[in-house]
Amino acid sequence: MKAKDIIMNGLIKENPTWVLILGMCPTLATTTSAVNGLCMGLATAFVLMMSNIVISLLKSLIPDKVRIPAFIVVIATFVTVVQLVMQAYIPDLYASLGLFIPLIVVNCVVLGRAEAFASKNNVMNSLLDGLFMGLGFTWALTLIGFVRELLGTGCIFGHSVIGGSDGMLLFILPPGGFICLGLLMALIARMRKA
Amino acid sequence: MKKAPSTLINMLLSLTLIAVVAGGVLGFVSGMTKEPIAQVEKQQKEDAIKAVLPAFETLKTETVDETEINIGLDKDGNPVGMAIESVSKKGFGGDLGVMVGFDNDGNISGYKIVKTSETPGLGAKAGDWFQKDGKGCVIGKNPSTPLSVKKDGGDIDAISGSTITSRAFCEAINNAYAVSQKGGNE
Repeated sequence: MKAKDIIMNGLIKENPTWVLILGMCPTLATTTSAVNGLCMGLATAFVLMMSNIVISLLKSLIPDKVRIPAFIVVIATFVTVVQLVMQAYIPDLYASLGLFIPLIVVNCVVLGRAEAFASKNNVMNSLLDGLFMGLGFTWALTLIGFVRELLGTGCIFGHSVIGGSDGMLLFILPPGGFICLGLLMALIARMRKA
Repeated sequence: MKKAPSTLINMLLSLTLIAVVAGGVLGFVSGMTKEPIAQVEKQQKEDAIKAVLPAFETLKTETVDETEINIGLDKDGNPVGMAIESVSKKGFGGDLGVMVGFDNDGNISGYKIVKTSETPGLGAKAGDWFQKDGKGCVIGKNPSTPLSVKKDGGDIDAISGSTITSRAFCEAINNAYAVSQKGGNE
């Protein structure tokens, strides 16, 4: 498999959010602002890349029947590392995302890539797949966060652009998340077809 | 390399090995980040105390009913006020933790939200709403008559659309006041 295909798969053709539709819980929960979406995406991308590398390295060592628990242990380890490091060195971010970081463990994107890609491919390709699936997830979350933040609070990356308005609160709340996700997904599906 | 077959011994060995390595890595990272995390938490607490009290030189800590009271002292050792962290369990999204500062007369000198899971755009406004320039200012009020929102017959303007958060906030302040009355009497 060529590197270019892997990159395009992650970013667009098999984008985890728009096409595979995996990991919807963190997608909806953390995208109340563009920054939150971006950081959640990057944290997930890191875990995805690291777990893909390790699982690809260990693939011939892990017997089939216990592969899922083995994958989960690897993934949970990296998630905990991310959580501790974030808590120690980026406390502001931890304050707004802390609740959702442990949830990366059960993000279907991570386990999905481990099972569908890393356990069947070599280390280099798995690294690329993890990185670009992660970046695909990141840009999707950032876009959703951007739209929700703009409509919901009138801000772009925390800077107010629509003065004197509180925005449409609905878009910050969960229903707005669903509406936004659905409309963006339809839009992107349309663009991919064209 | 050929894939290891799923025999009992293989499964035991591989899972044990992975778990042991994972445990080792986590132990290492946990040890490494323990110090910075403790520092960050201490710093955040100190910042919160500084934000809610009038200017002070040193801090003295007392414990009343398992609640920590931070008393700010001026350079002559006289108390200027006390800061108490109080948590209400009645927040909309979970616990609402507030660091509340009182001056020597028991008036609220400042507050800072230290723990919140309130809705962004609604309850999360509590950080500004009750401040001096906010619409529901509580600074300078004395909770000897417990604070409550207008809907409950009090005189605090609740955050629009977030009465539950506002009630939790009042409760946290009242609890802190109750503790402040028991401590710092020397």
